[in-house]
Amino acid sequence: MRPYLSIVIVALALAALASLAHSNTLANSLVTATIIALAGYGWNLLGGYGGQYSFGHAAFFGAAAYVDAVAQARYGVNAYAAFVLATAAAALVGVVIGYLSFRAGLRGSYFALITLAFAEVMRVLANAAGITGGAAGTLIRLAPSPSHFQFVGRQPYLWIVLVLVTLAMIATRAVERSRFGAYLVAVRENEAAARALGVDALRVKLQAIVISAALTGLAGALYAQYFLFVDASIAFGPWISIEALAAPIVGGLGTVFGPLVGALALDGFGEAAHAVAGRTPGIELALYGALLVLVVAVARDGLQGLAVRFFAARRAGAA
Amino acid sequence: MTAPLLVLEGLTKRFGGLTAIDGVSLTLPCGGVTGIIGPNGAGKTTLFSLIAGSERANTGRVLFDGGDVTRLPANARAVRGIGRTFQITQPFAGMSVRENVAVGAYLRHARRNDALARAAEIAERVGLGGRLDAPAASLTVSARKRLEVARALATEPKLLLLDEILAGLNPSEVREFAPVVRALSAQGITVMMIEHVMHAVMNLCAHLYVLAEGRLIAQGPPAEVTRDPLVIESYLGKGAAARLARGGGHG
Amino acid sequence: MLTPDILAAAVVNGLTTGAVYALIAVGLTLVYGVLHIVNFAHGAILAAAMFAAYFAFQYGVDPYVALAPLAVVFFGLGYAAQRLVIGPASHGEDRNVLLVTLGLSIVIENLLLAAFSSDTRSINTTYGFATIRLGPLFVSLPKAIGFGVSCAVGMTLWALLNYTDIGKAIRAVAKERMGARLVGIDPPHVFAVTFGLSAACLAIAACVLLPVYYVDPRVGEAYVLIAFTIVVLGGMGSIAGAMVGGLLIGVVESLSGLLLGDSLGQLGIYLIFILVLLLRPRGLFGATA
Repeated sequence: MRPYLSIVIVALALAALASLAHSNTLANSLVTATIIALAGYGWNLLGGYGGQYSFGHAAFFGAAAYVDAVAQARYGVNAYAAFVLATAAAALVGVVIGYLSFRAGLRGSYFALITLAFAEVMRVLANAAGITGGAAGTLIRLAPSPSHFQFVGRQPYLWIVLVLVTLAMIATRAVERSRFGAYLVAVRENEAAARALGVDALRVKLQAIVISAALTGLAGALYAQYFLFVDASIAFGPWISIEALAAPIVGGLGTVFGPLVGALALDGFGEAAHAVAGRTPGIELALYGALLVLVVAVARDGLQGLAVRFFAARRAGAA
Repeated sequence: MTAPLLVLEGLTKRFGGLTAIDGVSLTLPCGGVTGIIGPNGAGKTTLFSLIAGSERANTGRVLFDGGDVTRLPANARAVRGIGRTFQITQPFAGMSVRENVAVGAYLRHARRNDALARAAEIAERVGLGGRLDAPAASLTVSARKRLEVARALATEPKLLLLDEILAGLNPSEVREFAPVVRALSAQGITVMMIEHVMHAVMNLCAHLYVLAEGRLIAQGPPAEVTRDPLVIESYLGKGAAARLARGGGHG
Repeated sequence: MLTPDILAAAVVNGLTTGAVYALIAVGLTLVYGVLHIVNFAHGAILAAAMFAAYFAFQYGVDPYVALAPLAVVFFGLGYAAQRLVIGPASHGEDRNVLLVTLGLSIVIENLLLAAFSSDTRSINTTYGFATIRLGPLFVSLPKAIGFGVSCAVGMTLWALLNYTDIGKAIRAVAKERMGARLVGIDPPHVFAVTFGLSAACLAIAACVLLPVYYVDPRVGEAYVLIAFTIVVLGGMGSIAGAMVGGLLIGVVESLSGLLLGDSLGQLGIYLIFILVLLLRPRGLFGATA
């Protein structure tokens, strides 16, 4: 159980934090941050472990958000069924994008570009199509009751997303310790060498993008369920593609706690920026961008790695 | 006579206008250490790539262990039992030695503990036992070569293709490597090696193939092959054999 | 009805727009050819340049007058960005360059947003709606100027690469980084010059765009995907490919806008982009794909 011990400790700390978050503002901030973390866990698997940098994870987030909302609002599907359906839809989008791009041999800049383009295509389509409610978006009818997966207050949502984030951490650790995980990292480090050792690189990348899309899809479905509204720029906008990749990179790329640490830190920085500069639109994302550059420049292993090194240095200094 | 392990039939590979491999046919029996020699640019590494599947031949067939693998990609050929090392070492730089070798070991051992144990065992065998947790990026040239061999070995191949694993090593490192190769062969792994270090080739290989300009120009026991005038000329240029025979040269 | 005249007008319109697309794509392809990276901040730099031209106009400087000084300023900014930020922050890893340029684009776009809000702005010039007569067709004067300037810049760049010392150094570094170092070329300087040239092209594009288009902080996004499409279509790193690809995409966009309507025309660009990426054989991309 030892590899999972640290996850249990972090989950308990999160639970303590959640039970202290009595104010709606704090709880709200934590819910959005942890939803971003969840989306980040999806990105981290493909980008951090697999080395395939997607700039369009909005495609998965948005597909799930829309399916969740449209299934309930238009077809009267039960909220929980819609939630499952939404996650499955995201995974399906992952299969399609992954199959097309990886089979064509797209890597590096090209993979980043094509994922960006897919997300944009979906944004334009969602904004124009009738079934999605077009530019007006789709509202989920307000009906607070557990049977509708809707709750009074922020706290219940916080608990739900914390459980999901904990599951994402466990899943990430399980991948790390599996053959699939070893193959995924091998493909990131050197695809030709991995192939020579019997690794079916295409298959490994496809498996990774499906899990990645499903995790980010969970975040999208939850987002729709929490705000009870989606439109094209929320669901497929560049903001979520950016946050899904910024969280793991700022927190610690290819690590179990990276996306969580990063999402919470980015949220904290964002709030601090608001406190200083007021609610000017753009300030928050500008700061995220600057942090992204800074982390890549000076701390490849992210804030988490920075903290580890800091404490290691202090311990060495004290001894 | 047992069935051959590897049969190449009229293998040809062109890159644009250049014919790198030109109608190569050979039959490799099970067991033993076979060498491939030839001047630079003869197509030796390309031949390995065609056998291992990282390149596809334009024409010709590759038969391995009784099956036709011509259309199979590299990973499927590894599953069939073809292992290779790379001339320019290709470590998974972000991983430790143990993790590097485990990637190979996972091919036959799906469980993590089995694969890691197997990796440690194999690393030990090629002389990397003391560096299991070292990052692959920190290894010396000689240790990287050992890592290449260990990784390929971990896939438990029937045929192991060693691409210039002795190049760039100093004489004492070369001496240390020879027993490792012999031990592989003793275990029943058929070894094919590309090598420039001639005394090692003469020492290790029972049979040599000579490749020049993409064609097989000679084969046989090392002592015979190296006396072949055609081979000498391909290395030293036209007329060299005659000059040598005259006891010529001024130094 | 689609008369030959309407079609001809759409083609000419497409060519004039396409020339400016080509100008934007040339900078992207130049950087790709030399640094082997896709500069994701390309669109954001264009937006910044358009704002610069916009404010120059507010102080009474016509975009065509501001063109040369802005090109020089943006050359300097581009040089500095590569030399001081992108180069050092990336530690020589392509994956990092991807993230650093993405980060830069997020910073630039959102600072523009914070400073100038998301309002779209445009300028009113005396010549904004002027046309010139070309046989039976009327062509918008600023678009014709844009066409001329773009072609001139394309040819200047081509001459610069082929006939000047720095141009030869750029081509040498593009071909063989290590070898270039051996003959005394300083790659970081060449990278930065390349980046500077790319930014200068964007400044010029901004000045010829402004009289006919609007500007807002996200304006670059629209152009940059088109530019990426052109670059991939024309062959990564090829200047001639970018020029021809630009004209082609301009015409395709103009015709599909005419036949399908504007929002689907926009979709068409993305779809062409995806198809080009998926269907072009890998060999034409170069090995660094």
